[in-house]
Amino acid sequence: MSLWNAVIVGLKEIWAHKFRSLLTMLGIILGVSSLIAMSALVTGMEKGAKESLIAVGGLQKMRVEAAPLPVDQRHLRDFATGVTLRDVYALQRSAPEILEVSPQMRLDPQPTLAANGKTYRTWMISGVWPVQLEMMEHTVEHGRMFTALDNELARNVCVIGDGVRDALWGSPEETGEPVIPIGREMTISGYPFTVVGMFQHYESEQERKTRELAEAEAARLKAAGVTNSATGPKRSRGWGGSGRGGWSPFRMKNSTVYLPLNTAWLKLKAGLTNSPAEPKLSDMEIKVRDVGQLDLAMTQIRNVLMVTHRGIEDFSFRTQEDWAEQIGTFISNARLSGGIIAGISLLVGGIGIMNIMLASISERIREIGIRKAVGAGGLDIFTQIVVESTVIAVVGGLAGLATSIGLIRVITYVTPTDNAPIVTFTSMLLAFGASVLIGVLAGLFPAIKAARMNVIQSLRYD
Amino acid sequence: MALLELRNVSKIYHLGGEEIRALDDVSLDIGAGEFCSIIGPSGSGKSTLMHILGCLDSPSRGTIQLDGTEIQRASTRELAQIRNRKIGFVFQFFNLLPKLNVVQNVELPMIYAGIGGRERRERALKALEQVELTNRLKNRPSQLSGGQQQRVAIARALVNDPKIIFADEPTGNLDTHTGEVILALFRRLSHEGRTVILVTHNPEIAAVTPRRIEIRNGKIADKVDDRLAGLDRTPLLSGAGH
Repeated sequence: MSLWNAVIVGLKEIWAHKFRSLLTMLGIILGVSSLIAMSALVTGMEKGAKESLIAVGGLQKMRVEAAPLPVDQRHLRDFATGVTLRDVYALQRSAPEILEVSPQMRLDPQPTLAANGKTYRTWMISGVWPVQLEMMEHTVEHGRMFTALDNELARNVCVIGDGVRDALWGSPEETGEPVIPIGREMTISGYPFTVVGMFQHYESEQERKTRELAEAEAARLKAAGVTNSATGPKRSRGWGGSGRGGWSPFRMKNSTVYLPLNTAWLKLKAGLTNSPAEPKLSDMEIKVRDVGQLDLAMTQIRNVLMVTHRGIEDFSFRTQEDWAEQIGTFISNARLSGGIIAGISLLVGGIGIMNIMLASISERIREIGIRKAVGAGGLDIFTQIVVESTVIAVVGGLAGLATSIGLIRVITYVTPTDNAPIVTFTSMLLAFGASVLIGVLAGLFPAIKAARMNVIQSLRYD
Repeated sequence: MALLELRNVSKIYHLGGEEIRALDDVSLDIGAGEFCSIIGPSGSGKSTLMHILGCLDSPSRGTIQLDGTEIQRASTRELAQIRNRKIGFVFQFFNLLPKLNVVQNVELPMIYAGIGGRERRERALKALEQVELTNRLKNRPSQLSGGQQQRVAIARALVNDPKIIFADEPTGNLDTHTGEVILALFRRLSHEGRTVILVTHNPEIAAVTPRRIEIRNGKIADKVDDRLAGLDRTPLLSGAGH
């Protein structure tokens, strides 16, 4: 019996028991579609996580920050210089693997910002050079970044993220029209500063979708004549401010306040602490020329810094490698758990096929006997049963591919805040391949059973 | 040399420690072109004999030669091939596949012989012509009368041009008249030179064959039943001509 004949027989068998076959296929259909949907969701999440990584500069960026001395150098503590602007100049001149160095002086403890009768504290307030703008992938949407001259003259100017604007002047949702506070006055620890620039609003794909949805909802309510959709009195919803919950690099960027480094040093830091005359930085953001040469760049930086620090290692490196690895681990975990669940449902589908094939051969004992009596060998019967179960799985797999598209739509509809799922060809191929394999495996046992049936007994069977 | 040669063939079943000899030391020759019947009451061992002769089963002891080939040691796979090429079966309950139409049922043995689609169709139609059933090719077995179904089964038995045709109670499920038509068909096949073996418990049917082999308690009875010897077989075939 040729394979083609067996496939035709298999298809006829499915057609002869339409409902039963559909129920049998359902397991495979669900398994395949959940496998594809799961993979699409995880791929979407992966993309979202990588977006975050890129938003803070990607792997190309690293940070050198002040750190406690190693144990064997503890006695040299008093000679440690800390990270200073001298390091920045030295690195700019002597480390060719470095593209850019941006010094940063965090204000710690965080000073209070006040304007418009409101106060706000942000953990992202620091004195920087204008180069920090590119380093942190910031974009000034309104006004300007302060200049080197502003820094040189230690002017009282600052650039803020729109999260700061939201806190002090009100978010667009509250005020209706977005407030652009360029040229307005704000105090930092009581010193008056002029806001010269504001960054664009940073958000992930997910946050953008949520916001657009909320806006659409608000517009709908407005059209319906509902003026105030807020429930109960206005309240703070706990840590994290505006209520969207959780920490994200985008939120962090939105709450940023940048002042010129010299301003931060001379006006805010020198007077507050008993630090030495040389400006001590909290850290340096460094962009390397080539991600592949990260180790070489770090060696260069270390060599330069060991000279400027007179051999005292009071600094440490922080790269985004850990974060990238965390993303990788998280994604592979999500893939694994989703894969296990989808795999189990495929397995259940396979068991369903095996069950129905066993039922099918026991109701076709006589048919098998007849086929054998007219000359079918065990192998012919075996092939027929395996092909039939494979055909069920293949048809189920194809239906599953079609269903997965619908399933993804449903998931996107139910949870629109999720990262947009991305269906990959590989996942479709994998899911389909798995369903075919399961079909073959599920057919094996019933096929062996059918092939071993005794001719005479099966001919007599009623 | 005879087409079928059985030498000291026994078939022994073990049922709860008890030994049952369904066939006991049977030796038998059936020549090419013979038209013979195997008769005996139920439980006599005639079905076992037919199964062994028809390569559906292997003997416990003894040797069988079919068309010069020793088959007592053949594997199930080889037995299937022999059934496919050299033997045609006709059963009491027709044993057609209900999901296939007439032509597909007749084509079935050729599928396992690996014959291509077009030749299968041609040969199936030819075989159906031989049994005079050419007008209901696309019908399912359930849409045919008993006699028509049995003719489809005979066409299926003929289609691979076998040396031997076994018919196990071929008229057992048919009315007398239809039975006569079917028997006449076997007779014609015999005239055309095929070896036809009828298995039956009915002496009247056995009477149509020139040779009768009677089985009793797993052995071939020495003498054919007296009632059979006395029967005149002409009336049975009158009116069933072709």
